[in-house]
Amino acid sequence: MDTAVRELSYSQAIQEAMAIAMEADERVILMGEDIGVYGGAFQVTGDLIDRFGPDRVMDTPISELGGAGVAVGAAVTGLRPVFEFQFSDFAALAMEQIVNQAAKMRYMLGGAVSVPVVMRFPAGSGTGAAAQHSQSIEAWLGHVPGLKVIQPATPHDVKGMLLAAVADPDPVMIFEHKLLYKMKGPVPEGYYTVPIGKADVRRTGRDLTIVATSIMVHKALEAAETLAAEGLDIEVVDLRTVRPMDRETIIASVKKTSKLMCVYEGVKTLGVGAELSAMIAESEAFDYLDAPIIRLGGSETPIPYNPELEKAAVPQVPGIISAARDLINGVR
Amino acid sequence: MAKSTATRAAPVSEGTNLPFIYRQYPREKLLDAVYKMHLIRKFEEGAEESYMRGLIHGTMHLSIGQEASAMGICMPLSTEDQITSTHRGHGHCIAKGADVKRMFAEFFGKTTGYCAGRGGSMHIADVTTGNLGANGIVGGGLPIAVGAALTAKRLKTGKVAVCFFGDGANNEGAFHEALNMASVWKLPVVFVCENNKYGMSTSTERSTAVANIADRAVAYSMPGVIVDGNVLSDVAEASHNAIERARRGDGPSLIECKTYRYRGHSKSDRNRYRTKDEIDDWMNNRDPIARYEAQLVEFGIATAEELAAIRTSVDEEIAAGIEFAKASPAPDVADLADYVYTEQA
Repeated sequence: MDTAVRELSYSQAIQEAMAIAMEADERVILMGEDIGVYGGAFQVTGDLIDRFGPDRVMDTPISELGGAGVAVGAAVTGLRPVFEFQFSDFAALAMEQIVNQAAKMRYMLGGAVSVPVVMRFPAGSGTGAAAQHSQSIEAWLGHVPGLKVIQPATPHDVKGMLLAAVADPDPVMIFEHKLLYKMKGPVPEGYYTVPIGKADVRRTGRDLTIVATSIMVHKALEAAETLAAEGLDIEVVDLRTVRPMDRETIIASVKKTSKLMCVYEGVKTLGVGAELSAMIAESEAFDYLDAPIIRLGGSETPIPYNPELEKAAVPQVPGIISAARDLINGVR
Repeated sequence: MAKSTATRAAPVSEGTNLPFIYRQYPREKLLDAVYKMHLIRKFEEGAEESYMRGLIHGTMHLSIGQEASAMGICMPLSTEDQITSTHRGHGHCIAKGADVKRMFAEFFGKTTGYCAGRGGSMHIADVTTGNLGANGIVGGGLPIAVGAALTAKRLKTGKVAVCFFGDGANNEGAFHEALNMASVWKLPVVFVCENNKYGMSTSTERSTAVANIADRAVAYSMPGVIVDGNVLSDVAEASHNAIERARRGDGPSLIECKTYRYRGHSKSDRNRYRTKDEIDDWMNNRDPIARYEAQLVEFGIATAEELAAIRTSVDEEIAAGIEFAKASPAPDVADLADYVYTEQA
């Protein structure tokens, strides 16, 4: 094993990426609520303020709309802000600046400006924080041309994709599932990037393609291991980027396995899985399908508080296993 | 470092008790201001006429009557200083130094327009002269201007950001968030409210809990200054003071320019919310260009003949601008998706 690769948690990997970006480029600043001495609601910025000072690790007032807008204005005029939303749900307060300004400014001005802003969104359920602190809203932002929307699933990828996002001239929205923050994995030291817009085949297989996002990648991999014991051979594709979507990798996988299941935490209807399904239905892979496309997504409810209800509101490993088994066996 | 365009050439009336701009600026700059105020008005009229003739589609929000506000605020700014503008932003763009040829071309949807035909009236911008763009969202530019000021402070560029917004925007949440952050961080930004009395049809009396929008400055611990937005020198003096304060590092200011738009909100306006008497009073008794021209003559800075010659030059520039726009190529439909993302090698 390369000695330069250590085990880091997902949140440590993010923090390391931000530190590397700030060391390399004076224009990179961090902004967000309580990211300074507090270290961020999830301790992702941690002690970076000690290293870079309060001018570069800026606590904002509780002003999501204004804060996001300041980050946009700073990006347009020469800084490289990385703006942390305390919870992705709070993006609803800032949609004006994200959707009407950041995403469209380059287009509206005929290419006269770029908007190199990065926005980080702690996302997802499983923390008992209920309906306003648990959503998965990547599909909302994925619907907007001009934005890039990514969902790294591992410590390795989040570091490399965050560094790619900081280097990117366009606005990049990073959705970080909160249950991933403590997950550990191998992370190379130093600077590297993981490209935005490229899916990753995490596990190769011949019987079924599961395209999963964020934490669902890990659940799909766990399901695939269980099914392997039954002799079923599952391919797991980590989508990694919601926009722009990596058509090539997904189409190639579906052509190989002839079956597609999409697993994602966002609300099922009109979500990432709908787009994946439609993309395959419109592609040459359609002719290769020998079963219906199946979506496992979040329930058509807000995220509930009660832990059993909360678990039931998003796909879990047993559900993935049974749905995959049924799909392969032609039950569905 | 951004340098002030207030050149060191001798002001025309240094040491007198004439209004501010006559003590502050040389004759060329005073004449440039009247030229640009005419240019704004004629541009608006040219755009309106082109719209009526079907050469421009969509809608537009004309700033006729508000020329002193746009020009007065921009007089103390350097080219490098940055502004954010509003849906009623043609005047700001011209006052900051844009070329009307490329503005007309944009309105005509042509590739030679400032936004390559993608933005139109509501997103007119000229980044090369420091205009970060008009905005279709009321209050949209407020946080963006604060961001521009944050960049200026962090990178020590010496630039000041000026945020134009209307009376309508002062009731948006973005106003509160932007002014608060600018003040907390002592950023070099000047907030300029062009209060033309109506947010679309709703008067400030019906929409705003304070008598003056500048009164709100106290809530953000910044100076709040009310000026007659139709008196060029008063606007320029307030702008000068706020910009100097910003450049010194003393933080933001709020200026309220009381003004009036002669035309309706947009092309759909039937003008049912204000009286003809009110409109006539502003047009006949408080016109910003007429008042400024009268001063120029009174103070011996320009003769009536010289002002007539300026108007002729403006007419020629407008006519040439419209011709340029007409003759310019339309975008290729195949290029629809250009500029959504930055092209990368």
